Amino acid sequence: MTDQTLSSPSDFAASTPPSIFRGGKQAADATFRWALFACGALVLVVLGAILIQLFFGGLPILVAEGLDFFTSSDWNPVTERYGAVVMLYGTLVTAVIAVVIGVPVSFGIAFFLTEVAPIPVRRPIGTAIQLLAAVPSIIFGMWGFFVVAPLMAEWVEPAIAAVLGPIPLIGILFSGPPLGTGILTAGLILALMIVPFMSAMFVEIIESVPGVLKEAAYGVGSTTAEVFRHVSVPYGRTALVGGIMLGLGRALGETMAVTFVIGNANRIKASLFAPGASIASTIANEFPEAGPGSLKLNALLELGFTLFVISFLVLALARWLVKSRLD
Amino acid sequence: MSLFKRRMAADLILKVVASGLAAMVLVLLAWILWTLVIRGASALSLSVFTNPTLPPGRGGGLANAVVGTLIQVVISVVIAAPIGVMAGTYLAELGTKSKIGGAVRFVNDVLLSAPSILIGLFVYQAVVLPFGGFSAWAGSIALAVVILPVVVRSTEDMLRLVPGSLREAAFALGAPHWRVVVSVMWRAARAGIVTGVLLAIARAAGETAPLLFTSLGNLSWSFDMTKPMASLPLAIYQYAGSPYDEWVALAWAGALIITAGVLTLNIVSRLMLAGVKRS
Repeated sequence: MTDQTLSSPSDFAASTPPSIFRGGKQAADATFRWALFACGALVLVVLGAILIQLFFGGLPILVAEGLDFFTSSDWNPVTERYGAVVMLYGTLVTAVIAVVIGVPVSFGIAFFLTEVAPIPVRRPIGTAIQLLAAVPSIIFGMWGFFVVAPLMAEWVEPAIAAVLGPIPLIGILFSGPPLGTGILTAGLILALMIVPFMSAMFVEIIESVPGVLKEAAYGVGSTTAEVFRHVSVPYGRTALVGGIMLGLGRALGETMAVTFVIGNANRIKASLFAPGASIASTIANEFPEAGPGSLKLNALLELGFTLFVISFLVLALARWLVKSRLD
Repeated sequence: MSLFKRRMAADLILKVVASGLAAMVLVLLAWILWTLVIRGASALSLSVFTNPTLPPGRGGGLANAVVGTLIQVVISVVIAAPIGVMAGTYLAELGTKSKIGGAVRFVNDVLLSAPSILIGLFVYQAVVLPFGGFSAWAGSIALAVVILPVVVRSTEDMLRLVPGSLREAAFALGAPHWRVVVSVMWRAARAGIVTGVLLAIARAAGETAPLLFTSLGNLSWSFDMTKPMASLPLAIYQYAGSPYDEWVALAWAGALIITAGVLTLNIVSRLMLAGVKRS
């Protein structure tokens, strides 16, 4: 017998089992643990492989264009000049619209599901909202293109233009012909897609607020809304910001829904009604014309690498913020 | 108005607005489903399920796309589910406090939310180019990468729900670690693990972006895993953007089929999960 003791089963990883288990069992255990570890490590390998493939796939365009790739808005397969500014702009603006609209809606839903709704209906309504997250993104794209875009062109965009258009500075954002498909519509569809994720996270965070804090606030005469705004939200502030970042990360990389409704135009217009392009929609749209070995394929891979780095940073920050509060 | 009345009014207004927002999102969900049912059901017919995709005007269906989706999803699950369950078990059993375990958990969370089109690009680079062409294998591998993090996450969560006394009892009987995991932990968490795999299937079945550059789509029947293969989301994508009314109608029929399938899977697994958590 060695002097090792099994203080807890999770110590198994670090320590060898006691020697009374000599022979077959020990070998089986070692093999089993090794297999578990190999599968866990495979997750790391997958991420590493994605990064490496996208990085080296996009490298030739960086050699050809240098850092101009990130500062040029020229995307021209004929002259073989590729710049990512239009796509970066489209990606960021649609995601920001989605977050600006999605966050207040998600807060409202979280308030409704944690404080307002009668307890028996909270679960069913929460589940129904979660089902929205399960709808495939291509369905949002079709619905957005065939149903929402015509409504946007006929009613919503002219109405917005009539109300906000005459205001100086802001008016420029809402000028131009109401086409239906464009940056604004893409942002709206994205908002609807990230609301289920964000509201579910918000509900979880709000529910983790200690009851005594809320009761103390109620005890001094606060209303439900005041407790939510001045106790629950400040308590979960860090995690809530993490939840918003998670929503942002989702919106940045969404492909199919955006491809249907963004209008796919390689130019930047000040108006949010104008069609544009996001990184993901450009990859989806232009890939069929990018043959193996072409510079265009390299440009698309570099776009992919850029999107990966952006969403990796956003998601990493989100996870760090959420965990630091919930753990 | 007194301060008290003003505060009560503000409270009421916020409650009404919050209820209105929740109602709005539910109405939008109902609107999407209603659109699918109205436009999809009128295009649904028996030939949709029996005929492959054909040129416009010849009464094509989606049978090859439905079968293609089933084949690719099943193969991706066969690849990813065992690896995912093992990796999730690693996190719950061995990697609770270790640095590598923390790294795996973090990377898995990132993969869970990573843009799925990048998985398609990755598989194009890693599988399609080296092996000389678009293939159903490449599509299945891309879907496997989509499924893997979902299974890892749910397996770890489910194993953590197993009471510690169960595993301690097994260890106290002298069972080796592998026996404890296989016969006690996995068995106790079985329903939850299966639910996680079902949710992963629901997610993979509706994915379009990872298949665009991997299995490519196919207008005729194909059961050859080394050739391009049709799938429902790809067929919807191709048909929805086509100028033929007949194809657009087929796209709606496909959209109805895939959404009905995905939502049914989702509801079933959520009901199962509620049962698991209650017991």
